[in-house]
Amino acid sequence: MTKKQKNMLYRIILAFVLLAALMVCEHLGIFGVLAGTWLLLPVYAVPYLIIGYDVIYKAARNIRNGQVFDENFLMMLATFGAFGVKEYSEAAAVMLFYQVGELFQSYAVGKSRQSIADMMDICPEYANVEQDGELVQVDPDDVEVGSMIVVKPGERIPLDGIVAEGESYVDTAALTGESVPRKAAVGEEIYSGCVNGSGTLKIRTTKEFDDSTVAKILELVENASSKKARTEKFITKFARYYTPIVTVGAVLLAFVPPLILGGGFGEWIRRACTFLVISCPCALVISVPLGFFGGIGASSRMGVLVKGGNFLEAVAEMTTIVFDKTGTLTKGEFKVTKILPASDGAGAKDESSGDLLELAALGEGYSNHPIAVSIREAYEEQGGKIDMERVAEAEEIAGHGICVRVDGREVLLGNEKLMQLKAIEYRPVSDAGTVVYAACEKHYLGALVISDVVKEGAEQAIRDMKKAGVKKCVMLTGDREVAAQAVASELGLDEVHAELLPGDKVSIVERLLQGQRGNEKLAFAGDGINDAPVLTRADIGIAMGSMGSDAAIEAADIVLMDDDVRKIAAVVKCARKTLCIVKQNIVFALGVKALVLILGALGMANMWEAVFADVGVAVIAIMNSMRALKMEGK
Amino acid sequence: MKKKFKLEDLDCANCAAKMEDAIKKISGVTDANVSFMAQKMTVEAEDDRFDEIMKEVAAVCAKVEPDCKILM
Repeated sequence: MTKKQKNMLYRIILAFVLLAALMVCEHLGIFGVLAGTWLLLPVYAVPYLIIGYDVIYKAARNIRNGQVFDENFLMMLATFGAFGVKEYSEAAAVMLFYQVGELFQSYAVGKSRQSIADMMDICPEYANVEQDGELVQVDPDDVEVGSMIVVKPGERIPLDGIVAEGESYVDTAALTGESVPRKAAVGEEIYSGCVNGSGTLKIRTTKEFDDSTVAKILELVENASSKKARTEKFITKFARYYTPIVTVGAVLLAFVPPLILGGGFGEWIRRACTFLVISCPCALVISVPLGFFGGIGASSRMGVLVKGGNFLEAVAEMTTIVFDKTGTLTKGEFKVTKILPASDGAGAKDESSGDLLELAALGEGYSNHPIAVSIREAYEEQGGKIDMERVAEAEEIAGHGICVRVDGREVLLGNEKLMQLKAIEYRPVSDAGTVVYAACEKHYLGALVISDVVKEGAEQAIRDMKKAGVKKCVMLTGDREVAAQAVASELGLDEVHAELLPGDKVSIVERLLQGQRGNEKLAFAGDGINDAPVLTRADIGIAMGSMGSDAAIEAADIVLMDDDVRKIAAVVKCARKTLCIVKQNIVFALGVKALVLILGALGMANMWEAVFADVGVAVIAIMNSMRALKMEGK
Repeated sequence: MKKKFKLEDLDCANCAAKMEDAIKKISGVTDANVSFMAQKMTVEAEDDRFDEIMKEVAAVCAKVEPDCKILM
């Protein structure tokens, strides 16, 4: 509790004791003939002023400033009205109850604000820089690019850079939501905002603080609240009309019925007072943005940055998702996925797959082509050693492949054309991916299929998304049709468009957008290379954070910090829950208010219930909103 | 130019919305945002008159919510 809140608490206790004593006295008839007369007013005014003097002060001040419809003024009017109809104890009690509610509300808001702040507490406070052999703590803002900083065990990494010395495990949970620490060794890139594990690291910085990961994330999250969701805008607009309408209603209620029906004003003024108490839209105005704030907070804890409440709202309505293939659904790195030795028929000599791979790896020993590298890697993975002394006379046949001598034998490695050129009997392979045929001493050895590998969890990601209500999953790629179809059937995608040029992607997304009905939303997920136009064109642009380009992160609405497509489904769920909570709050708050308004007009609800409908509902709605923040990703 | 300011004692969400509206109406202000949750205010306004505009912003805020202080 803050000092202000504590002060209020003392005032509440004091006023409560006084008021209770007075009410007991009245009940026991101690006031005698005074009961029910104006003489009791000053007596009840004491607890009333103790608890409500600031409300009256603020009301008066705000009227002077031209702010008529504020809650202080309305509360003052309502309680003065109650005094006017000689409901002294009620007037004081309602003010007391109102202040209790306000205290609760301020406490709850403070708590939720604190927990959001804690979660966003990834900002490093200092950087250790070596100066004249001594470590000095400086503001990360003052560290220049290329400086050497030292990060001790347990410290937060202040700037992006490359590890120059030392080895450690870093906790990236704050950035990616991944709880398994990542290894950091010399030469590796390291991101600010991560927490260093047990080893001391020396890091050469590559970015200024303002450009480093942690500063960017904080900026994104802070700006997120300025992009308001449709629901949020609606509530703000609603609040603008709600208060004046209810106040006018109260005035009408106070004067019209008695003039038409006759009789005293007292009863009707009392009913009008209940109206005034309910007229503040605070419950809605606080809880709706708080719900979205919580949802965005919960997603960022999972390692997904959502750039605004409007995008969270859009994700909840997502029915179609379009993926870019390379880098999003696949890893974007080549691997030997199949070894097809010609062990039967075509080849004269039987070769085990190991020998085929060995010869291919040795043959490709001098090349830096990604395909060659992937073959060597596959061989080394099986425990093979590449001894380049065994290789001689490498000759490249442009557009076909290479011809080398391994252990004195002539080895041919290349595409179908090479086999045809050298008149070797081979078996065509129709697999997706790049096929490398190999022959030794004019005999066909077999073929290696090299392709891009599907990301771990990509299949599950598609399954989860379907379960979460996404109707159509589409893949776009510039790759060959066969390769695209292979990935599509492995992942269970609904639609594939292959052999596209970058410009084609935009037109396909536009066509899909036209096919959307009503509130259905379309998302595009890509790693960002050439994707920026598509990312902006789609209703929701999702970019890969660690692989993607800065331009893509800028253009995207949602960023997956660890490139894990499974997180998309998690965000959809998170967004749905957030929207559900927000809707609950709107229905609940408006429902209770409407109910009490009706009951109040009919004379069936008193001021106590009205105060509950105002501050009580606000507190409950705030607590409900907090559930959005507590959401877990899985 | 866009600048961020911390706010102190911003106690009511409705006031934050009212402040935002009022600031947006000041001439020279291109965009404004008052975040009740973050207790922060972002003002985007003409460069050369920024200080002048900020004085107006402070006056407007004091009118809506006199308790709230802008930390400049």
